Amino acid sequence: MKKTSEKSSIFTKLNDTSLLLIITIVIFFAMYIGAIIFQGGGFTKPQMLFNILNANAALIITSVGLSIVMITGGIDISVGGVVALVSMCCAVYLDKMGGSIIGSIFIALGIGLLYGLVQGFLVAYLDIQPFIVSLAGMFFARGMTTIVNTAPFNVENAEFVALKDTRIIVPGMGSYTRKGIYVPAYVEIGVIVALVIVLLLFVVLRWTKLGRSFYAVGGNKQSALMLGINVKRTKFLSHLICSVLAGIAGYVYFLHVGSGSASHAMGMEMNAIASSIIGGTMLTGGVGNLIGTLFGVLSLCTIQTIVASAGLDDAWWTGITIAAMLCIFLIIQSVVMVQKQKALKG
Amino acid sequence: MKTVANLAMVLLLSVALIAGCGSSSAQKDSGDSGSSLESKEAGKLITVGFSQLGAESDWRSANTISMQSAFVPEEGYNLIYKNGQQKQVNQITAIRTFIQQEVDYIVLAPVTESGWDSVLGEARDAGIPVILVDRRVDVADKTLYSCWVGSDFELEGRKMAAWIDSYTKRIGLDASELHIVNIQGTIGSTAQIGRTRGLANAARENGWDLMAEVSGDFTETKGREVMAGLLKRFDNINIVYCENDNEAIGAIDAIEAAGKKVGSNIRKGEIMVVSFDGVNKEALDYAKEGKISCIAECNPLHGPRVRALVDMLVEGETPDKFNYVDERLFSSIPDVTEVKVDGVSYPVQGIDE
Repeated sequence: MKKTSEKSSIFTKLNDTSLLLIITIVIFFAMYIGAIIFQGGGFTKPQMLFNILNANAALIITSVGLSIVMITGGIDISVGGVVALVSMCCAVYLDKMGGSIIGSIFIALGIGLLYGLVQGFLVAYLDIQPFIVSLAGMFFARGMTTIVNTAPFNVENAEFVALKDTRIIVPGMGSYTRKGIYVPAYVEIGVIVALVIVLLLFVVLRWTKLGRSFYAVGGNKQSALMLGINVKRTKFLSHLICSVLAGIAGYVYFLHVGSGSASHAMGMEMNAIASSIIGGTMLTGGVGNLIGTLFGVLSLCTIQTIVASAGLDDAWWTGITIAAMLCIFLIIQSVVMVQKQKALKG
Repeated sequence: MKTVANLAMVLLLSVALIAGCGSSSAQKDSGDSGSSLESKEAGKLITVGFSQLGAESDWRSANTISMQSAFVPEEGYNLIYKNGQQKQVNQITAIRTFIQQEVDYIVLAPVTESGWDSVLGEARDAGIPVILVDRRVDVADKTLYSCWVGSDFELEGRKMAAWIDSYTKRIGLDASELHIVNIQGTIGSTAQIGRTRGLANAARENGWDLMAEVSGDFTETKGREVMAGLLKRFDNINIVYCENDNEAIGAIDAIEAAGKKVGSNIRKGEIMVVSFDGVNKEALDYAKEGKISCIAECNPLHGPRVRALVDMLVEGETPDKFNYVDERLFSSIPDVTEVKVDGVSYPVQGIDE
């Protein structure tokens, strides 16, 4: 009897955001440890986790942006398109126009900024549905990518290739190959960028006025207005941050793949939405945590890796597991929330 | 306070993650990891990671199935198949996963030629030999891969040209009477380059009238479209050289829709269609009916050949760097029984079954 009351007190003490965050983290660890036990092999090596990070740094960044928009109660499905457009533009600039690295970074940021300004303005000040605005944005980005260059190609620019192959060694995490060679563990530059962004925006969301106003606007627009929060400006800023992050993600993605292609980042926006939800962000707004989003991405990508390692690799299997996982997460989330409501009332 | 407590919890868990990884890897390094039954069983099997570029055509599917049926557990192999969905980044991720899984061999059917240096270097550092299938890679250091298995596309084209040459001579047509159009594959693909070169060289040597070369993108729809256009431009076409079966099916459709007859009897005004691949069932039926006069096979069944190479590597032998698969010519016309290219003769087979 006493135990249950204790449990419910922990339950009720935590706010929704923290509760969902803990669920996400616990599930991720359960899954990873499960993979180590049942699949062994690669999962026991840290590099497996680093490879997941390397391949998905861009997804982490877009998911963070999406989480912020979703916390304010909006949505942005143009991010995948922006990533493709940025990588194509940078690829053409570096490879066919002989551009510099700095220039290409400005291109990436510029495209993101432009997208943010236009979409943010349309959503916040003209009050158009964010879904429709970003749907148009997605089509535009995909179309433009093909106009910039139709055929996929690899960038040969020596400076860029050197940057792409730069590896940041993680000390003490390497492993021996069967030849007995010690291979150090490494992450790519993009991973550092992604982690810095997660931490930075986590702090902004937690401890700044702007961050809190995102939650207020998403939680209840009327109350936010009464609290004296500039709802339009907040919405505008959320879209601006999301699109700029999509621009940065585009560059990180480009840095990982080293090529331009119209089919890059196909469906990335959907994976980003899924990651945010798995990470405990609610589509209804007002609830979410960026650390949760990070773990959301990791969970999503770990399950994909598990599926692939199990030899069940065909496009549909990945899709089916993501669907199943989303479903499980949503059920757990809603069950926990219902329990909490009950505990609060009782 | 609460937020600080939460943050602390997160940090603690992150530390736990890193510690968890570290300790388990230490365990792995210190001793035998094969504690579970599954990994003991897997220890006897030769594990092969296969990164296929996609599943875009009948040919590709046949290629995948051939690999999957060559490497089965009953024969002592464990194949991990990974579909790259036409994207190099997916293939690179797959290879990195194979390396972490410590597969014994990696088989790669690359989607593009460039951009493989660093990941193949990682495979070499890990001591995993790489066998390439179908397309090649363009790397500075050729020792990054053990060997390559695939088709000689130019030879396919030359064999087909030799068949056209022998057949038309047999029915008594002069070289100048041949009016050929080439419906090419996707421009820039290895198959297109080789097959186009095979025909173009033969046309120059024999003095054939090669009127047009237009890409049909390896698809039936484009084949139909391109052929319809060519029939409007030229009224004396008597040979259509299609660089794959799907294009040929489309082209035949267009010829028949224009009220002309498809067949090998050029003297009676029929238009002769020849094509490549021989995987598509419909095309083989057409060949049996005589609508396609000759098909140069592009053999997708690489599995057994790759398995033989893996076995050689297991034995410590060094296989040849480039390995071509055997490919045949199919025709329902009995007049030509063999063709010669560079002094080597290739038999022409009837279409059975």
